[in-house]
Amino acid sequence: MKVDVLVVGAGPAGLSAAIELRRLGVGSVLVAEREAAAGGVPRHSWHTGYGLRDLRRVMTGPAYARALADAALAAGAELRLGTTVTGVIAGGGAGLGGGPVSVSMTSVDGVETVRAAAVLLATGCRERPRAARLIPGDRPAGVMTTGELQQRVYLSAERRPGRALVVGAEHVSFSAAMTLAHAGARVIALVTEYDRQQSYAAFRLGAALRWRVPVWTSARVERVAGRGRLDGVEVADVRTGEARFVPCDTVVFTGDWIPDHELARLAGLAMDPGTRGPVVDTRLETSAAGVFAAGNLVHAAETADVAALSGRHAARHVATMLGTGSKSLAAGARGAGVPILAEPPLRWISPNTITSAATPPLGRFVLRSRDFRRPARLEVRQDGRLLARSRRVRLVPERPVHLGAGWLARVDPAGGPVRVVTGSLPVWLGAPLRRPRSRVSVRRGRWRAEPPATSHAGRRHRARAAGPGLPPSAHRHGERRRRSTSAASPP
Amino acid sequence: MTPDPADVVIIGAGVVGTAIARTLAGYSLDLVLVDTAGDVGAGTSKANTAILHTGFDAKPGSLESRLLVRGSALLRSYAAAAGIPAERTGALLVAWTPEQAAALPSIEENARRNGYLAVRPLPAGELYAREPRLGPGALGAVEIADESIICPWTTPLAFATEAVGAGVRLMLSTQVTGVAAADGCHELATTRGPVRGRWVVNAAGLGSGAVDRMFGGDGFTIRPRRGELIVFDKLARTLLRSILLPVPTARTKGVLVAPTVYGNVLLGPTAEDVPDAGDTATTAAGLRALLAAGRRILPGLVEEEVTAAYAGLRAATEHADYQVYADAERRYACAGGIRSTGLSASLGIAEHVAGLLGEAGLPMKPRPGYAASPPAMPYIGEAGVRPYQDPARIAADPAYGQIVCHCERVTRGEIRDALASAIPPADLGGLRRRTRAANGRCQGFYCGAAVARLLAGARGPAKSGVSAETREPAKAAEPAGAGEP
Repeated sequence: MKVDVLVVGAGPAGLSAAIELRRLGVGSVLVAEREAAAGGVPRHSWHTGYGLRDLRRVMTGPAYARALADAALAAGAELRLGTTVTGVIAGGGAGLGGGPVSVSMTSVDGVETVRAAAVLLATGCRERPRAARLIPGDRPAGVMTTGELQQRVYLSAERRPGRALVVGAEHVSFSAAMTLAHAGARVIALVTEYDRQQSYAAFRLGAALRWRVPVWTSARVERVAGRGRLDGVEVADVRTGEARFVPCDTVVFTGDWIPDHELARLAGLAMDPGTRGPVVDTRLETSAAGVFAAGNLVHAAETADVAALSGRHAARHVATMLGTGSKSLAAGARGAGVPILAEPPLRWISPNTITSAATPPLGRFVLRSRDFRRPARLEVRQDGRLLARSRRVRLVPERPVHLGAGWLARVDPAGGPVRVVTGSLPVWLGAPLRRPRSRVSVRRGRWRAEPPATSHAGRRHRARAAGPGLPPSAHRHGERRRRSTSAASPP
Repeated sequence: MTPDPADVVIIGAGVVGTAIARTLAGYSLDLVLVDTAGDVGAGTSKANTAILHTGFDAKPGSLESRLLVRGSALLRSYAAAAGIPAERTGALLVAWTPEQAAALPSIEENARRNGYLAVRPLPAGELYAREPRLGPGALGAVEIADESIICPWTTPLAFATEAVGAGVRLMLSTQVTGVAAADGCHELATTRGPVRGRWVVNAAGLGSGAVDRMFGGDGFTIRPRRGELIVFDKLARTLLRSILLPVPTARTKGVLVAPTVYGNVLLGPTAEDVPDAGDTATTAAGLRALLAAGRRILPGLVEEEVTAAYAGLRAATEHADYQVYADAERRYACAGGIRSTGLSASLGIAEHVAGLLGEAGLPMKPRPGYAASPPAMPYIGEAGVRPYQDPARIAADPAYGQIVCHCERVTRGEIRDALASAIPPADLGGLRRRTRAANGRCQGFYCGAAVARLLAGARGPAKSGVSAETREPAKAAEPAGAGEP
């Protein structure tokens, strides 16, 4: 079988890409989804908040999943469910449209090889399970990830009475706590090694207020106990080492995302050691011509709408490559690529190579930090040369940090890697020596809501107004950054 | 439960007990196989290094050496006939220090004294050509060409399936708590009522010392020795070709790195004596030590994701050798104190025990018209063709095209077959050992709920799982289910 574009994965990124490809006049778009239903993770995320940035309305995960799947079918994409892509062989053709790419698939219809002019990998990400976190102890039942928990509760209507503990205190951890409460469990606590939680109020706040779940900070699950069934876990204070046994019936390991990158690696794509997904340029093309990657495969994990917009972004470049999309996006010859390296405490940046001046999805790069840092400026350097300095950003583990793309034109294509570092500011310019306030904090085991930061809401509003896909604020940020670059004394 | 006494009751349905059962099934004997666990091979047999040893490093002249050489040859051909995944990867025993390098010739010599000749020295250059990802500093190696990897789960299951097919009565979840003499036979007190047998064979693994004492033995005590292991992601499989062995010490064979038949890489085991024969917990110190060893042996390994960590217990004793004997007067045979090599030696031990029983007076008449034939086990290895890769199989039965566990590519057809097999799984662990479902890198993130649903649907009398399943986005389920017979 031959198609113009094969999309692997019918989550938000894959479906959004399929819709956009069809909208831009690409002839045949086949979406292969290994699950029996399209939609990806939102299928089993029962809370609201989906669709904000891409569909401009807010709905629950399952409704969002259905909306995207319906739109993809309406757009004329072919959706094959229960179809697993088991291998991708890049054609090795040079440059644009260099495919075709050969893909093998298994479904109830048998084993099939599909040839596509372009392939978009949108295989998403998963949470690291307990074993991968090397938490010792017994191997009883009742230990799972949020993904499994949500499917058990929302797709299988399972009940989970008894006591439950949630490992992690980021957005998804609150979602897990809510799911547990829906399943009849009493959530004892959220446990995080950090000295504060990492989520913000938004949609989780209501749930948090309602179920009154404390967050145990600076604490780590050190052992799982129970033969057959879970008896409980040992939780230790990471500062003192003092441990205590917490009896419980369910433990949910949340977050700690890793891209589902098996296909990308089997295809021999260059991999980014930070994101652990394939290396992608700002057009979201991988190291193999004609093979693109989008969504949480290249940034695990962003919200579903950001993944969707990433898929849409890749689709526009795929369409241009196939000659049906916007000519203005044509990248010209693809350079060898200048890698972008995120230096500690930054963990990764996505996209992570520069092959052209094309703007990244949403006009910005997304980064992660491994530590909390009070507001600091990010500096973009190449061969010691300062390309840009960002506005002050607060670093919170597992929360996105954004960096505008106005500096792309200043990158020397023949130069060394671009490094993104956390700038050091003189004390008088730096942030005050106070703990950054999280907008949900715990006082004596009770949730206390703090007023949302209006500046955040304002930024989001502006970004929305500027429209997806367009670089809404890159230019403006670039201007501001140039000003600050000249104002600050070089370190 | 058994009004007529059986001819032989075998205690323990691990790899040794099931091997004895299938071997004795070739004779006109009424056989009962009992085990405490709810599944066969669910004790010490299920958690080991999954290596089919040649016995090159055994102590020459020992019973272990003899049964290992014989047993591994038998198992090699049995595995091929029964569809038990096994791969002859060969092993490289690597020396990292001058002392270890000096010990290599004696290891070769030891192998030859065990009758194993396919050993040869491998200088460092050749070693690195064979295993380019090996950590720096290796001084040389000994190659053992026939060391293999094998599926430790399919093996006892195949033995038990063959035995049950030949009429052996399998009693699971049945713990033997005592024994009394009754009408010229043994009456075993069990948690599920009395079980009577003229002869008793003790293959109780970690419980073999306690069972031996019930029968008046006092020759050995089990000292459980825990071994922790780490399973790495399949993407690590390309890092090595052979089993990488360390130079053994008096106490343990040491920490090895080995491919698995499922396409993963195994690192371990540790060796630690524990008082509790049920203590299969991993420890922070153990996992740390393994990672340190792994980083030295194969540095690329620790960059890969960990799929699982587990611990197994070896049924070690105060003796170096197996504790195998038969006593005519007590009408009792013991196959105890079988350590790491039990999987490889199992068929050798079974043959030996059958011989001892015959000498002790058990009437051993070949069963008329019975030809031992290994059962056709579902193939769950990576070296052959799995159902999801097989167009003919999917065309004949589309359930083999419906992948449920994505990481391990286990189809609904395979899960259905396992649930309907002669010895069905008692729980999720049993299903995992039969199919690999939910055994992969996501550990259930994607398929945990679906696999649990299939398991519940097969077990629950109310079939509540079925309604839950049809509830799942019904519209979307149609294309996948449309081709079902």
